[in-house]
Amino acid sequence: MSRTVVVAGHGMVAHRLVEAIRSEDTDGQWRIVVLGEERRPAYDRVALTSYVDGWDAGALALPGADYAGADAVELRLGDPVVEVDRAAKRVVTAFGHVQPYDALVLATGSRPFVPPVPGHDLPGCFVYRTIEDLDAIRAAVERARAGRGRPAAAVVGGGLLGLEAAKALRDMGLSPHVVEMAPRLMPLQVDQGGGALLRRLITDLGLTVHTGTSTEAIEADRGRLCARLGNGTELDVDLVVFSAGVRPRDDLARQCGLDLGERGGVLVDAACRTSDPDIYAIGECAALEGRVYGLVAPGYSMAEVAAAVLLGRDAAFPGADTSTKLKLMGVDVASFGDAHATTEGALEVAFHDAVNGTYKKLVVSENAGASRTLLGGVLVGDASDYNLLRSLVGSPLPADAAAMLAPAGADGGAVGVDALPEQAQICSCNAVTKGAIVKAVTEDGCDSVPKIKACTRAGTSCGSCVPMLGKLLTACGVEQSTALCEHFAVSRAELFEIVRATRITTFSELIAKHGKGSGCAICKPAVASILASLGTGHVLDGERATLQDTNDRFLANLQRNGTYSVVPRIPGGEITPDKLIVLGEVAKEFGLYTKITGGQRIDLFGATVEALPRIWRRLVDAGFESGHAYGKALRTVKSCVGSTWCRYGVQDSVGLAIALELRYRGLRSPHKLKSAVSGCARECAEARGKDFGIIATEQGWNLYVCGNGGATPRHADLLVSDVDTDTLVRIIDRFLMFYIRTADRLQRTASWLEDLEGGLDHLREVVVDDKLGICAELEAAMAEHVANYADEWKGVLDDPEKLARFTSFVNAPGVPDPTVEFRTEREQPVPVLLGVPEVVSR
Amino acid sequence: MTAVPELAGLTWVRVCEVDAVLRGGGVAALLADGTQVAVFRTQHDEFFALSNRDPFSGAAVLSRGIVGDVGGVPVVASPVYKQQFDLTSGVCVEDGGVRVRTFPVRVADGVVHVGSP
Ligand SMILES: Cc1cc2nc3c(=O)[nH]c(=O)nc-3n(C[C@H](O)[C@H](O)[C@H](O)COP(=O)(O)OP(=O)(O)OC[C@H]3O[C@@H](n4cnc5c(N)ncnc54)[C@H](O)[C@@H]3O)c2cc1C
Repeated sequence: MSRTVVVAGHGMVAHRLVEAIRSEDTDGQWRIVVLGEERRPAYDRVALTSYVDGWDAGALALPGADYAGADAVELRLGDPVVEVDRAAKRVVTAFGHVQPYDALVLATGSRPFVPPVPGHDLPGCFVYRTIEDLDAIRAAVERARAGRGRPAAAVVGGGLLGLEAAKALRDMGLSPHVVEMAPRLMPLQVDQGGGALLRRLITDLGLTVHTGTSTEAIEADRGRLCARLGNGTELDVDLVVFSAGVRPRDDLARQCGLDLGERGGVLVDAACRTSDPDIYAIGECAALEGRVYGLVAPGYSMAEVAAAVLLGRDAAFPGADTSTKLKLMGVDVASFGDAHATTEGALEVAFHDAVNGTYKKLVVSENAGASRTLLGGVLVGDASDYNLLRSLVGSPLPADAAAMLAPAGADGGAVGVDALPEQAQICSCNAVTKGAIVKAVTEDGCDSVPKIKACTRAGTSCGSCVPMLGKLLTACGVEQSTALCEHFAVSRAELFEIVRATRITTFSELIAKHGKGSGCAICKPAVASILASLGTGHVLDGERATLQDTNDRFLANLQRNGTYSVVPRIPGGEITPDKLIVLGEVAKEFGLYTKITGGQRIDLFGATVEALPRIWRRLVDAGFESGHAYGKALRTVKSCVGSTWCRYGVQDSVGLAIALELRYRGLRSPHKLKSAVSGCARECAEARGKDFGIIATEQGWNLYVCGNGGATPRHADLLVSDVDTDTLVRIIDRFLMFYIRTADRLQRTASWLEDLEGGLDHLREVVVDDKLGICAELEAAMAEHVANYADEWKGVLDDPEKLARFTSFVNAPGVPDPTVEFRTEREQPVPVLLGVPEVVSR
Repeated sequence: MTAVPELAGLTWVRVCEVDAVLRGGGVAALLADGTQVAVFRTQHDEFFALSNRDPFSGAAVLSRGIVGDVGGVPVVASPVYKQQFDLTSGVCVEDGGVRVRTFPVRVADGVVHVGSP
């Protein structure tokens, strides 16, 4: 008989606990009952601010948090626990549900602290912690918009959460005021110098900052609010958001008489046990050995510890790293270790570059001599050294502190990764040390970043240490070649730039001038693709025919028996009955096997080389064209039926899908490109599994990029939201061209984004904000593609020289390959499997 | 131009004009006994001939592979699973135990011939 563990609260930490128990409780010791107050399963609260990007609560979902199909877990939501009866070992919920327990885990998190200023509870005052809080803020912003004047808002609290709230308001189109009691922003994380710079950078972004002053009162004022500050300032606003810290939700513990921490929180020991041995507390509601942690990582550690203890193992809280690094409205802020130099005798070395907007401070021990120990630091404006410096905390500094702060490139500049001690943590997400990585490289033969990732798990979570992995490889003497192949010493992206700059149009000239040898099956198709992306002529013109993989060479897809399949384009998946009939007739006439594809079109299989042009003739005459199913090119733009028919559709998804498919058809790229358009948030077209996917909103379109289906599925990321069709198309143009220029050979958009330094933020800076100033050029390149598009099948039909190559045997034109045979299965022809001929052995 | 010496017992079968094989490309020829031969022309206008049958898939498709070189040795990559074969010996680059049959080739008066036993 299994025992019952009841979990009060379903936040991020509770979810981690359930996952940990489920993955380790292999013999079913525990039945888990989760009782949550919020109406939805645990979601990614850390990413709450991104909810503003698309108002899509689904995007915050934590994978598996609904425990679908998990028999041992019962999840009851929207009904908080209101009473714990320790004597009877049961809890009671607000709706009166009584739930007995063998063990109880409190994971109730915290509540926002609202300072008791007069008027704090007026309509228009909000807190910032849940999806519902954001929905309420959004509604207030919309009401304010409908009123007179420009809507305005004040955020009370200039810490991490206050700035997050300010960012959300700014993303909703407001220019909020931030009021902070301390003399600087983010007083917990940064020092005076860093705070001053942060203030300047944030003010530049349109926020107004009031530091060193309290909020005295909020008053209702002719339908709006007036916030009166301690320094006499009065702010006329439509809404006020309180983000002045959090308090642990320890009410249940109080009610049932458990010990509490000195400053609140449910007191627990290092095994997360409360003063009642059958009750545990984890996450933000717990005061672990008296200390409350307001970050998710220590909460996760507690969840792992509690799970282990419940399963009868010894475990203790390993201590927490309260280092933080974040990007606030594009501004890097990081603090680590003893950022405020509270250690006795600690010394500070700071470097403030007001011109470039960076501030860096290191805190070091006072011991004399060269080898001072690094204790902590603060970085504002540029946190690129964060991983490296944080991994050095507790170790002797490898160089003079002042020299280490100097910008890289300057004399004696920033410290290299080779100076790090073995035990320095390179990947803090997965706790991988430099020593472990060096061992993987030198002993286990990892000679590339992907191999290190697979072997050590370093760099597989947030990815910020990936550049350091590369540097470590170099430090270990492993040359990381970006060479395309033995014939070209440059990467695909570099080769692309060479071809673009030199305007070379043939492979022979390119390899003669910029490569060596005669090429291979890697560089030939890569160059063919680059030439095609740059839009010069038919892919089978002259020498180019010999560069193509067989699929591109025959403009069809090679199948296992040496025949090909043919896929005509059906834009958006919309097709007339007449055209459908033509497909059926062609299949019958040429004895082809037919199948509906995943991309909403029809694939005709079993065509021999000589039959291809005759099939195309029929198709082209009926108004079809090549669907590029054979190319590293745009494949399809799928769509749901959209607002034309669907009761729920909010936009014409079919119309947009057709327009996009016709715009980008024939576009050659480093790998295939797939797209889809959904007409509403129900997402029936599965757009988020695509390289670029579009989901309709009431206001316009949301664009998601770099998704993937297949073996390594990845949900696409939101790039822009609520844009009109013109803007959407412009941004897709830029996105696709930027990818085509910079990706590696056969690199899908998903892994391209993963490798892109700066990730999604950088991508957005380039293709939305035009930070590199290349958008006009990218758009022009796409305009040229669109203008020069021509059907590749027709190009063959119209050219006798190309047509002549569509023959199995040069000495017997028209004779099909005699080894190709078919049999019938489910009323259709399928290949007779070829015996593999006896291999001649040496 | 490669000229294979006359070998006893060989019949030279006319395949095509030299220009019908693109530089760096291949074509297939059907011999009277049904044997399929893949004829390749390298960047340097050398001609080679292998069995057209890919030993890994069984499909008669080697002539449709990409011609190139590995460290200067001319090769063709099978279009099915991409193994490469040394054009001079037929030996598979990735798996030295596998070899496809080679055929003699000669070019005479602008016409390509393969030697059929
Ligand atoms: C905007 C924002 C940004 C943040 N950014 C970061 C960051 O960058 N890095 C970081 O480390 N942390 C960040 N945090 C903090 C992080 O979200 C918390 O540390 C984490 O969510 C704590 O998880 P938890 O499960 O302990 O509590 P919570 O996530 O608060 O979950 C507790 C749940 O329990 C429910 N509950 C409460 N009482 C009861 C009851 N009696 N019965 C049933 N259910 C109950 C609550 O409704 C809630 O759903 C951020 C928080 C916010 C709001």
